[in-house]
Amino acid sequence: MDILDRRPNPRGKNTENRRRVLQRARTAVQSAVRDAVAQGRIRDSGQGSTVSIPADVLHEPRFHRVFSEGVRQFVLPGNREFVPGDKLRRPPGGAGGGQGGGGSGEASEDGGGEDSYRFVLSREEFLDLFFDDLELPDLVKRELAETTMIANSRAGHSSEGAPSQLDMGRTMRRSIARRLGLRRPKPEGLEEIEREIDVLEAERPLSNERYERLQFLREQRLAQSQRMRRIPWVDPVDLRYRRFTPVPKPTTQAVMFCIMDVSGSMTEKMKELGKQFFMLLHVFLERRYEKLDIVFIRHAETAEEVDEETFFTDPKTGGTVVSTALEQMLAIQKARYPVDRWNIYVAQTSDGDNISSDTPRVVQLLTEAILPLSQYYAYIEVAGSGAIIRSDSDLWGAYRTLAESQPQLAIRKVRDRTEIFPVFRELFARREAET
Amino acid sequence: MLYTGTDWNFDILRNCYDAIEQIAVDELGLEVYPNRIEIITSEQMLDVYTSHGMPVSYAHWSAGKRFVTHENAYRRGLMGLAYEVVINSSPCISYLMEENSATMQALVIAHAAFGHNHFFRNNRLFRDWTDPTQILDYLEFARSYIARCEDRYGVKAVERILDAAHALQGQGVDRHLGNKRVDLRAEADRARERREYEDQRFNDLWRTVPKAELVTPNRESSSAQDGAQGMPEENLLYFLEKHAPRLESWEREIIRIVRLTAQYFYPQLQAKVMNEGCATWVHDFIMRRLHEKSLIDDSAMLETIHSTTNVIAQFGFDQGGGPNFNPYALGFAMMTDIARICATPTEEDRRWFPDIAGNGDPIGTLKFGWAEYRDESFIQQFLSPKVIRDLKLFRLTDNLSEPYLLVDAIHNEDGYRDIRRTVAASYDPGALAEEIEIVGADMQGDRVLRLEHRTLAGRLLDPTDARLTLAHLADLWGYGVSLREVDQQTGRELGVYRAD
Repeated sequence: MDILDRRPNPRGKNTENRRRVLQRARTAVQSAVRDAVAQGRIRDSGQGSTVSIPADVLHEPRFHRVFSEGVRQFVLPGNREFVPGDKLRRPPGGAGGGQGGGGSGEASEDGGGEDSYRFVLSREEFLDLFFDDLELPDLVKRELAETTMIANSRAGHSSEGAPSQLDMGRTMRRSIARRLGLRRPKPEGLEEIEREIDVLEAERPLSNERYERLQFLREQRLAQSQRMRRIPWVDPVDLRYRRFTPVPKPTTQAVMFCIMDVSGSMTEKMKELGKQFFMLLHVFLERRYEKLDIVFIRHAETAEEVDEETFFTDPKTGGTVVSTALEQMLAIQKARYPVDRWNIYVAQTSDGDNISSDTPRVVQLLTEAILPLSQYYAYIEVAGSGAIIRSDSDLWGAYRTLAESQPQLAIRKVRDRTEIFPVFRELFARREAET
Repeated sequence: MLYTGTDWNFDILRNCYDAIEQIAVDELGLEVYPNRIEIITSEQMLDVYTSHGMPVSYAHWSAGKRFVTHENAYRRGLMGLAYEVVINSSPCISYLMEENSATMQALVIAHAAFGHNHFFRNNRLFRDWTDPTQILDYLEFARSYIARCEDRYGVKAVERILDAAHALQGQGVDRHLGNKRVDLRAEADRARERREYEDQRFNDLWRTVPKAELVTPNRESSSAQDGAQGMPEENLLYFLEKHAPRLESWEREIIRIVRLTAQYFYPQLQAKVMNEGCATWVHDFIMRRLHEKSLIDDSAMLETIHSTTNVIAQFGFDQGGGPNFNPYALGFAMMTDIARICATPTEEDRRWFPDIAGNGDPIGTLKFGWAEYRDESFIQQFLSPKVIRDLKLFRLTDNLSEPYLLVDAIHNEDGYRDIRRTVAASYDPGALAEEIEIVGADMQGDRVLRLEHRTLAGRLLDPTDARLTLAHLADLWGYGVSLREVDQQTGRELGVYRAD
């Protein structure tokens, strides 16, 4: 009998199988993930998320019979009051399967378990599925804005370096070669001699012949141990280190300005929609682009730059002057993001209300300053889901005229939470590079 | 005393094993395969579940699906994990969970390493159909073969064959002893030789030679007769492996792997009640003896009784837990009762079981039963009136043309035989399996493969699944497939499916 402790065995025997089942159910899982986001759970998904998908995607068919007419008999345990001849009402559950024993009990049992599958996805998996095939438009187009970064790359070996980069295998190979080449005596050989000397020294009387042998061995011992000391086990010439060499790597730098209207005319629900959109944008950008700055600007009648936390959580209210936000954005851009080094993206949400006197100023700022230097400008207009039928807002009208002549300006309307994701996809769907 | 308290260590396990082995071998005279006990974590137990208890399995998404299902159920607390899983192999591998208490480990060693192990080694079904010395090597071969195929031909191509073969797995076993007990080691060698031969013969030049116009009609005519292709054939996977015209040799090998694996599990399904009954009775006996010999203390004995009682609980039909029998409950009740009949029979037992009543050899009688029967015949032979009374069994007749269910037999003198016959029939693999046969293929015409499902009106195939499964079959066959459902008595056609 053997007892084996298998507990230290490698874990995750089924990781590959799990990956394959996800792959197979990819479309279904993806739509489940997007539903989950439409219900506003993206920010909660820090630990990963549970999604359910319909079972038919993963159904494994086989031939099996269904009892649909005729007579069958089955035996059940636990009789209390029945006597032969009793007639029982057929339990609900349909003629075919029913709650019964024998043949069909098995079928209904199988069916019951397979209504849907739940997957617990890690945050990585979740976002991967969610943002599949989205990217910032035209990020590579502008070659001007490319900067180089230095990254270390493996490049052979060297005879000096940091101890942590010591290549043991190579070092020891060289050490062995050197020791063999220089005939360094083996410790075992020396021990052998010592042992013989001990024997001879203990022997008495000692014959001449044996005495000479003793002398010879003593010389040998001296010679060999000196040689051993002279030829070290590992010599500095053996040492080999892994070498790294700096290699320039081109990267593109980008900045995303998120501008949100928090004025009094925005109802809580509209603000919520705006925040949802930015949340999506934020998670998306954080995930896809290492070298990307995000600037949060909110405005009422004045504009201010805020941090992420405030942007998403802090309530504020007031009148509406859109141009203040645009000016603020321009100021930040001038100070921190020179256009020859940075790709510039802007996303703006608003309910479209603006002081009428301000709108021409907005148009002017956009056409003269902002649009020429930005790669992409997305304007999202949020509307209350109400039945209020009204004509297009000031801002919408103005932006629409602009959009006709300016290809980098994209404008969309969002009325309901469920529309956010489709609009988001539309704005950031991966496009063929236009050449 | 072997141990006190709940903690265990490897010395305790070893001592328990020795004490248990002494009782199992000297007192019960069990014959077992050499044992191997492996300690695993709960996480690894989930892996074991996923691979149907086998230590090695090839990669496939369906395993991922099972894993996700088990994992969810376990994480949400809907499912407890088994204390043990045992594999029909030699050496016989028992997996023990590290969370078990010392008593549970002892119980599980008695249950799995001796109860199940004895059953695997001695039951006729297992002896005739399975070769436990080679299964582990064969599974290892299967995994590496399929992994190599994935490297060579791509995961998609392999998955296509596996999906289809899995769908037909239920129709991939030989149900009758004819060519029994495949030599699994020779299997692996055979596949290797064939591959080497192919490699040797490989010559890239052949690729450049223009392909011949399909197959000449002349060669076909010889195999055109249905009989020549071994029809009718009920083992669909076997037929495809041998005769499907468009499969590559590696695809045939994969079908063979699926088929042989399914065949290996086939006996387990036919002897579940007996197998669990045997193991539970054995552990119950051994644990009692350990207590009588003062090797375990009273609290350990109480834990044993508690756990055994949980395992053998049989809920009534209206108490939840599903309408099916708990195989542990039925099996244990029958084993205990057989032992009682042999030792202290009543008048009734003498009437029902004149052969064994009062023969004074309960252990020998049980061992004979374990060796020579399967669930269906065992129940037909040994389900006693007392067990029927204890479990309060009653029989319902479900006539779908009537609005009610009729109670037509209960646990009384008139009902015993009817109930016993019906319970036994519900374990009859012949009655449960779908009788689907390949009856012909028009090899000179459109090559459509013809299948027949012999059944009764009102017992037809589930249409959705039938269509999907048939599509898989057509995929492997390479041409169209048709399936007729016919009444097995009148030959009347009840339904037709086609797949191209």
